[in-house]
Amino acid sequence: MFYLSDIGKYFIMIRMSFFKPCKWKILRKLIFKEINDLIIESIPIVSILSFFIGAVISIQTALNLSSPFLSKSLIGFATRQSVILEFAPTFMSIIMAGKVGSFITSSIGTMRVTEQIDALEVMGINPLNYLVFPKIIALLFYPFVITIAMFVAIFGGFLAMTFAGVSGEAFITGIQMDFEPYHIIYAYIKTFLFAIILATVPSFHGFYMKGGALEVGKASTLSFVWTSIIIIVVNFITTQLLLS
Amino acid sequence: MIEVKNLIKSFDENEIVKDVSTTFIKGKTNLIIGQSGSGKTVLLKCLLGLYAPDSGEIIYDGVSNKMMNDSNKTLLRREMGMVFQGSALFDSMTVLENVKFPLTMLTEKDDEEVRQRAEIAIQRVDLEKDFNKLPSELSGGMQKRVAIARAIVMNPKYLFCDEPNSGLDPKTAIIIDKLIQEITKEFNITTIVNSHDMNSVMEIGEKILFLVNGEKNWEGTNKEIFKTDNQSISDFVYSSELLKKVKKYL
Repeated sequence: MFYLSDIGKYFIMIRMSFFKPCKWKILRKLIFKEINDLIIESIPIVSILSFFIGAVISIQTALNLSSPFLSKSLIGFATRQSVILEFAPTFMSIIMAGKVGSFITSSIGTMRVTEQIDALEVMGINPLNYLVFPKIIALLFYPFVITIAMFVAIFGGFLAMTFAGVSGEAFITGIQMDFEPYHIIYAYIKTFLFAIILATVPSFHGFYMKGGALEVGKASTLSFVWTSIIIIVVNFITTQLLLS
Repeated sequence: MIEVKNLIKSFDENEIVKDVSTTFIKGKTNLIIGQSGSGKTVLLKCLLGLYAPDSGEIIYDGVSNKMMNDSNKTLLRREMGMVFQGSALFDSMTVLENVKFPLTMLTEKDDEEVRQRAEIAIQRVDLEKDFNKLPSELSGGMQKRVAIARAIVMNPKYLFCDEPNSGLDPKTAIIIDKLIQEITKEFNITTIVNSHDMNSVMEIGEKILFLVNGEKNWEGTNKEIFKTDNQSISDFVYSSELLKKVKKYL
């Protein structure tokens, strides 16, 4: 029952974030600020992680392709498939649940603890529209981050193979082999759903937290745990629906 | 003026505010006093509309909360200013931006007019030299003054202050009390201050409501408090040994 009421509260929160909107001039500023905080500032960490993970995927694939009868182009193929289907959309989202999710929960949670949210309510401002709505809109640009992750990870794999002595031509042939455009659509559908989860689940934990500074830390941890679990479950459901 | 009639508010099974009826007078500093846990903050939040009462009525200048729909309540809130216990200033905004905030969010005034009105409010609380400082760069007393400036910038009809003196030294606390009283007279507003600070009671308590375990135990003025036979309020006001000795000489 406890979880059911929380789920209800979560959907009501999302609905309420679209009601009683602030002035567009204010919202525009807030959206740009959130795009900077949540999207632009995430690009460096996403790029670094993607580059090295892409490199590791290709090295491990190469290690497992020791048979001389298997083409080296399979390394490029396996790297592309791993990165596009799982690594970039799903695992990068779990990493982002740590970075962006904790930031959202702690910033909203601190506002709750220091009565700033109460102050908004007293002024007659819808705090959910002011705080959560700009984050939802900003995270609609999240597929842009995932696109960068895809390109950088494949590039990391390419560079790792070049240094390992595998011909770049074979790797590129592998990247182009049996390309299914539907896989990209599948990856972006997942990414869109994860973006909504990344914006709303941490906001929910921050907005409805109770207590003081210690509870802000606890709420951030709980938000990361729940965001990751929901991402993994949604990943399973979407994969089952779209690929099986 | 705000009239409260038979207000009851519970959380789960606990009745926090028990059948309280009172009147908060316009142009005067009305104090709600009582021990921690006596229901002061819950009563204040009911008056602010942050909590819906279980039963009873709150009448704001003749308009009952029972007659208000959501948009009326939103409009009413725009006539309220609130000074929170911890000031509740927005950390990422400067003093000027904090004071401008309600005007920018809730009015259609142009930037220049908003700036002028915010500057007037900041000058009223003597912080004109600190326009561009962040809340973290201000002392507790200065933060309270910014909070007061933000509360009055919309020219509210009702000003609510939740323990405005908490965490302040006695001298600064009196300055804040006096400022609240002056603003109440100057703007002729209904001010309700939630406090358990005895200096505030003596200095600015033009109308005092004393709560014990959520019930109204006593009401009167700061002058009447010295003459009352009510044991609970006497015990509360003269709680320290020093004040008990002072009482003997009164």
